[in-house]
Amino acid sequence: MKVIESFRNNMYTQLAERNLKRQKVRTILAAIGIIIGVMAISSMGVLGNTLKLSVEDSFGDIGDRLIIYPAAGEDSITERQVGKIERIHGIEQIIPFRITGEAIELRDEVYYGIAYGIDADKLSHLIDLEDGRFFKSGSTECVVGHRVASELKLKTGSKVEVDGSRLRVVGILKEQGMGFDISADGSIFTSFDMYEKLYPEEGDDFDQVVVIVEDINQVDVVKDDIDESLNRKEKTVEIFATNIINEEIDTAFRSISLFLMGIGSISLLVAGVSILNVMLMSTMERTREIGIMKAVGASRNDVLKMFLYEALFLGIIASAAGGILTVGGSLGLIYLITNDISYFFSLTTILYICAGVVFGIATSLIGGLYPAWKASMMEPMAALRYE
Amino acid sequence: MNRIVEVQDVTRVYQMGKTSVHALNGVSFSIKQGDFTTIMGSSGSGKSTLLNMIGCLDKPTSGIVRINGVDIQKVNDDELTYIRRNNIGFIFQQFNLIPTLTALENVEIPMIFNRIPPKQRQKKALKLLEDASLDPEYATHKPNELSGGQQQRVAIARALANDPPIILADEPTGNLDSKTGKGVMELLSSLNKQGKTLIVVTHDPQISEYSHNTIRLQDGEVVNEGD
Repeated sequence: MKVIESFRNNMYTQLAERNLKRQKVRTILAAIGIIIGVMAISSMGVLGNTLKLSVEDSFGDIGDRLIIYPAAGEDSITERQVGKIERIHGIEQIIPFRITGEAIELRDEVYYGIAYGIDADKLSHLIDLEDGRFFKSGSTECVVGHRVASELKLKTGSKVEVDGSRLRVVGILKEQGMGFDISADGSIFTSFDMYEKLYPEEGDDFDQVVVIVEDINQVDVVKDDIDESLNRKEKTVEIFATNIINEEIDTAFRSISLFLMGIGSISLLVAGVSILNVMLMSTMERTREIGIMKAVGASRNDVLKMFLYEALFLGIIASAAGGILTVGGSLGLIYLITNDISYFFSLTTILYICAGVVFGIATSLIGGLYPAWKASMMEPMAALRYE
Repeated sequence: MNRIVEVQDVTRVYQMGKTSVHALNGVSFSIKQGDFTTIMGSSGSGKSTLLNMIGCLDKPTSGIVRINGVDIQKVNDDELTYIRRNNIGFIFQQFNLIPTLTALENVEIPMIFNRIPPKQRQKKALKLLEDASLDPEYATHKPNELSGGQQQRVAIARALANDPPIILADEPTGNLDSKTGKGVMELLSSLNKQGKTLIVVTHDPQISEYSHNTIRLQDGEVVNEGD
């Protein structure tokens, strides 16, 4: 309160307030320019950010995975290597599996997909069932991906033929969409036992390992630990962290937000020019007054401050109004688009609004700079003679 | 007595497009502290130019102007402002009050630039208006609600705001009827009696009757300096 009081008692602000009130309509029009500019800039930022948050939310659940596959020149990942991974801290699940391209046949129809050999309870960490149950170890049971099921019109209980062996479909998986760990939709999953019976020549090792990390923020730490453990002497495995995708999303949407804000800032630029115009007209109108002020003892600095305070005053009030309107407006808009206003209440959103307000004040000040300088440099004699 | 204003061989040339106008052509004189001097001459004789130079609103093209011993040619803009603010009170023919401010606020303005706290400057402004014989009820009026005589009284109060030793008046009665003008001249004359150095530019011979000495200008030159 003391700050506000000293601000109100400051003679520059008192003069500025009076001068702004002198041409009310003009002041309001200039303020509207700034308000629109601030709203454009901050609501664009907020919308971009909301979009990013909602997309991140839908990709968020895969960000905690590491995918490990053999490095170039290596055939497979051995039991010993999986054992080494098990000794690393911060891992929730280690899911090794074997994989090969395969034709899945139902009577005359053929679907070319992928066959997985995997533990049933491990698979349940990666994808859910739509229908039926997971396969039992040592049986001829299998589950199939969503696309396989729909292409071959499979139900639970159907029999399919893989590499000459008949497998019984006991479960159908939910549609996965794009997957970075496994690609389930076009695949058939069986136990390791069954997989070995199908492909006895392939040995005991794994083709790929998916690691689920306990804490998503520790993904990079765990990745480094695995790298340290398995690739110490020579590079035996490649490790792909799916959080790279989150980072990609982050970068992409940050650019979108900036681009949107850039478009918004054009309107702020226009507002800045209108402030420049308003202040220049005001300077011209008050030339004689500036002459009087100088004759009775105002220095260049005094005159400069008087005009800058005017611009600052206008900027602060209009930008604050713009900020408040943005909060209201974007809350409404976000509710209309996503039906979920929780995205609005994030730190970044508030930062975008603050940035809009700061830009608004800065634009006003810059717009006021030249007129203020021009006023301060007036020769008192010439200014007094001005009619 | 100490020479508060010294003018030595001053010229002032204005550039009006391609032609040069010699407003002052080698003017020299000095004014002692506490003097009441009138500068007379017909219009275009350079008397206002001379007054503006003494008031530090303008600088000579050549020659020396000293105010209280300071050569105004040799100081920068800020120092000039300081001299103007603390040594000189200006009274104009057109009163030159700020139209958006009340009479009281107009008197406060010079004190604002001198960083006098609000309460103190308000008190002093009221006292100055009272001394200038302005009815206190007019203190909150805007200039356009005041008569010419009242406006000039406000302007005189403003000129005295920072207690300057020198008061400069440029045709102070030029926009007033003779009765009101007489009142204003008596007020100015009383200031001189209180010790202010008073310099009045006029072309009205009646005003010179109040003064101790008169400087007559013609075509930018002093034609005679005397009583």
